Amino acid sequence: MIVKTASTAQATSASGLVSVIAIAALGLGVIFVAGHVQAAALHDAAHDVRHATGFPCH
Amino acid sequence: MFTRLLTSALFAGAAAGLIIALVQLFFVQPVLLHAELYEGGDLVHFGTESTASATPELPGFDAVRDGLSIIFTMLIYSGYAMILVALMSLAESRGAAIDARTGLIWGVAGFVAVHLAPGFTLAPEVPGVAAADVYERQIWWFATVLTAAIAMWLIAFSRNWAGWGAAVVLLLAPHVIGAPEPEVFTGPVPTEIGALFASRALGTGLAAWVMLGAFAGFFWSRESETTGQAQTV
Repeated sequence: MIVKTASTAQATSASGLVSVIAIAALGLGVIFVAGHVQAAALHDAAHDVRHATGFPCH
Repeated sequence: MFTRLLTSALFAGAAAGLIIALVQLFFVQPVLLHAELYEGGDLVHFGTESTASATPELPGFDAVRDGLSIIFTMLIYSGYAMILVALMSLAESRGAAIDARTGLIWGVAGFVAVHLAPGFTLAPEVPGVAAADVYERQIWWFATVLTAAIAMWLIAFSRNWAGWGAAVVLLLAPHVIGAPEPEVFTGPVPTEIGALFASRALGTGLAAWVMLGAFAGFFWSRESETTGQAQTV
């Protein structure tokens, strides 16, 4: 997924805005999956961190 | 451009995440484990009649559990770093100076946006506290972080009172509207532990973000220099 986004970004690197939006979206995705998705396996693995980081946990 | 953004963000996020994961294991995890003894019913307290020791024996380092915590902390701060570096590059293209020093201020602003603003009404929760539905709280959390982040940007880069006024409104609105709260309190955890946990979570959050901002500023300015030299050659 990263590779695909990177090649897309290079095509429009004149503005760089696509890259900025892509990296921000990727970051948001990481935060969402690691910090907020309630699937049991993810929740259990990230439990202590979610509490310590102040995310709503359960 | 994307590679530069990603490289800076991953370096900054991994470094800040690793350091703060170790700090959390030392300062936050014992408070969480202590709370879990009450959550699970191993310890029970009754106000002034309490006979539960305030310093019980806690489980020590758990390789799997704490290892996962380290990995997820690095992941989460890498995610934050990606958004932070994206915003930094945007500000830089509009004339702002980005380096490790200015990164410190970015870090403090990031802390306000993702820790202090939501924590002002939805305090960092220790396991076992009463809380409203998790999905509703997550929606409120994301909305509050978004409005606070926009407010931080307006405070930093707005040049007029309309912008600063909008920032104040954005900062206050989520708390005036209010977060989803539980209908009754059922938490078995002593208030002393809950308060200590909230303080420690916010304190380590500030430390994490100050480091994240400085590292992100440092790696971003270094990546920019390298690319600049490569282009002039």
